[in-house]
Amino acid sequence: MKAKVYITLKPGLLDAQGKTVKGALEALGFKGVADVRMGKYIEIELAHGRAHAAKQDVERMCKKLLANPIIETYRIDLKSS
Amino acid sequence: MKCGVVIFPGSNCDQDCVKVLTDVVGQRVVTLWHQETSLQGCDAIVLPGGFSYGDYLRTGAIAHLSPIMGAITRFAHEGGLVIGICNGFQILLESGLLPGAMLRNTGLRFRCKFVTLRVERTDTPFTNRCQPGQVVRLPIAHNEGRYTADAKTLRSLQRQVVFRYCDVNGDVSEAANPNGSVENIAGLTNTAGNVMGMMPHPERAAEAELGSLDGRLIFESMIHAAALR
Repeated sequence: MKAKVYITLKPGLLDAQGKTVKGALEALGFKGVADVRMGKYIEIELAHGRAHAAKQDVERMCKKLLANPIIETYRIDLKSS
Repeated sequence: MKCGVVIFPGSNCDQDCVKVLTDVVGQRVVTLWHQETSLQGCDAIVLPGGFSYGDYLRTGAIAHLSPIMGAITRFAHEGGLVIGICNGFQILLESGLLPGAMLRNTGLRFRCKFVTLRVERTDTPFTNRCQPGQVVRLPIAHNEGRYTADAKTLRSLQRQVVFRYCDVNGDVSEAANPNGSVENIAGLTNTAGNVMGMMPHPERAAEAELGSLDGRLIFESMIHAAALR
């Protein structure tokens, strides 16, 4: 199994990087960029093949380490590799 | 006071802390490698500044899982004195010993300069040598120092705030906030008051040659508190 984990700052928190990148896109002439949010993308290869157990493991990884629940949210996509 | 200065891979302010604690305020100091599990009978623990584990994932996120942090968490729960400076503060936040979290500075700038701070509490083991409302001058050097906490946590920690960024007159204003920290918070304790985190570096301002002596107040306060125990 392969887990793809997407981590972003919670809505409402100022994303200084995202705001700066938005400004740069506008400077390049791209119109209509309403917002840019930066985040992290993590790929995890999992040894076991059972989707339910894998999802539970990755959930626990996110809660314990990969994301900080005070400032971040996460989304997990699980695919058999 | 026997003081333990913890060294993580990527710490870079540990020797500054050792120097001030030994040569300037005359205390016994041991350095503690992050893989150790004993605090060697120390009365106080310093988590120094730096870039532990290269700030990978989040500042302090990997360091807080080091073996030494288990011993420090037990020590803190038993009332032991723990101070986290800069990256040390970030590690204390990630470990849950202090409430809240750090975000990248607003303006995306690494801020490296002297700032002025208003001392909000003088009844802590870290500020008992300060005067109420005193304005102290200490340097900051960080990229992720924008302190944040959710609204409920923020309401509950008002009595734990020890330092706020202010102007030279002690006025807490947006202009005096170098990193966008909520309510200009620069340092705070846990509810019991024995664990403190602060972004400014007292160890870089404890000798006249370095432009300020105000950092000494923090270490002298800890010595005073340790002597009363």
